[in-house]
Amino acid sequence: MATMQMRTTARAMMAPAVILLLVWMAVPLAATLYYSFQNYTLLNPVISFAGLDNYYYFITDPAFASAVLNTIYLVGGVLLITVIGGLFLALLIDQPIFGQGIVRILVISPFFVMPTVAALVWKNMLMNPIYGIFAWLFSLVGLPPVDFLAQIPLLSIILIVAWQWLPFATLILLTALQSLDGEQMEAAEMDGAGVVSRFIYLVLPHLSRAITVVILIETIFLLGVFAEILVTTNGGPGTASTNLPFLVYTQALLNFDVGSASAGGIIAVVVANIVAFFLMRIIGKNLEA
Amino acid sequence: MARSVSTSRRVTFTVIAWVIALILFFPILWTIITSFKSEGDAIAFPPVFLNFHWTLDSYREVQERSDYLLHVWNSAAISFGSTLIALLISIPAAWAMAFNPGKRTKDILMWMLSTKMMPAVAVLVPFYLAYKNLGLLDTKLGLIIILTMMNLPIIVWMLYSYFKEIPGEILEAARMDGATLGKEIVYVLAPMAVPGIASTVLLNIILSWNEAFWTLNLSASQAAPLSTFIASYSSPEGLFWAKLSAASTLAIAPILVMGWFSQKQLVRGLTFGAVK
Repeated sequence: MATMQMRTTARAMMAPAVILLLVWMAVPLAATLYYSFQNYTLLNPVISFAGLDNYYYFITDPAFASAVLNTIYLVGGVLLITVIGGLFLALLIDQPIFGQGIVRILVISPFFVMPTVAALVWKNMLMNPIYGIFAWLFSLVGLPPVDFLAQIPLLSIILIVAWQWLPFATLILLTALQSLDGEQMEAAEMDGAGVVSRFIYLVLPHLSRAITVVILIETIFLLGVFAEILVTTNGGPGTASTNLPFLVYTQALLNFDVGSASAGGIIAVVVANIVAFFLMRIIGKNLEA
Repeated sequence: MARSVSTSRRVTFTVIAWVIALILFFPILWTIITSFKSEGDAIAFPPVFLNFHWTLDSYREVQERSDYLLHVWNSAAISFGSTLIALLISIPAAWAMAFNPGKRTKDILMWMLSTKMMPAVAVLVPFYLAYKNLGLLDTKLGLIIILTMMNLPIIVWMLYSYFKEIPGEILEAARMDGATLGKEIVYVLAPMAVPGIASTVLLNIILSWNEAFWTLNLSASQAAPLSTFIASYSSPEGLFWAKLSAASTLAIAPILVMGWFSQKQLVRGLTFGAVK
């Protein structure tokens, strides 16, 4: 049978991708899980079984509680800025404005700037308390300069990361907005619906799925923010701007504590999976449609 | 919308939109402007905006640091290499899923997607240790392997969504006419899928070029792409803003232009088809 043969061919064609991804996912994760139960530091070659000690030490480390909080603030803060700002920007760009194409290009550009460049440009040329643009703007209105990354490190990083992700939210919401039925809007307008009620009853429901997608995808990426912290504050001062990934990095590559870092990695997986669960359901639904 | 809009309203919205757009673009613009300054002008306070002595010195100095081109080459090799290898593995898989779907195709697609959700930091330790033992730390090969696997799910997904739009009857017709599977893919499918494949490649080159977790952790000097190289400017040994700006401008310019051309595909690729 030709179809039977096709089925076999199809499987063979899928095999490399599936097998590679399976290995890619299972092997390192199993290794992390294994290390997380071992006493293993790179400074001491003797490995011994540790039970749940690594988890215990990682979780009871005061840095862990603050890293979890920082992660929540970072993800939440960036989401708040980008979703609300993105919604506003998308609505604005969707208006009949002059030079719409150029405005669009200007707005989405920050998304294409590599994280290390974005973070360094903000750190030096904008946020530097002596020579930076912000210091200059503050001096214009008679305010003392702020040493952003020393005084409000986490907020500064939220600002930098939000700048990078605002274009993403804007672009996705704008795309969704442009598929809104114009005639429906017109009908609502003729029936006397004002701008606000049209927004609440027509635009927002239409955008709800796009907004959900933006929130979930951004969350996945924002849970892993790393480069921006590394080149600006290095997690400091103290642990004031250390998030979960950065804490794991510190444990692994700076303290050489493989066991503890692995326990942290497994905790990160659990957190990410909770988010992923919801994202997958939404995308899965779409696949059926 | 076919509604008439008053000119004053249009002008108001235009002004607001342009002001916000320029504020958002300003850090990039400022980087480009600063790259043409001397180091002295770069840290002038109050800042000088256009009325300074324009110079290419910073570009010259960045180029003269003989290793700069090496990092450009590393970035290009890593992002193009990983994208192309992933593409070669993905095309057959996406072909199979789009034109010969089985009962479990949907599950496989969802599972592939789920691999993207694994936080990189969770597997940092085993990769670091394995790479250290295998001598893959700070090698292009090591980074290409990782980025290939990171790209794979997105590429399969994007190709799948593009292939789905090609009527399967055309492929069947080719098969009836005696085309082998290889010929079917190369001569019938590929030409029709070129726009989709091109935008898939574009998006993945952008993502790989800007990747900054694995590159920072697994490369130091020899294999360091631009993202790692520029991170080295974070050391507080001095204020070299003009040179930082020149290096940054060169690093982001090609990707910025690519990005402008791939706006539409970007939405589709990054939302896995959930928003088109």
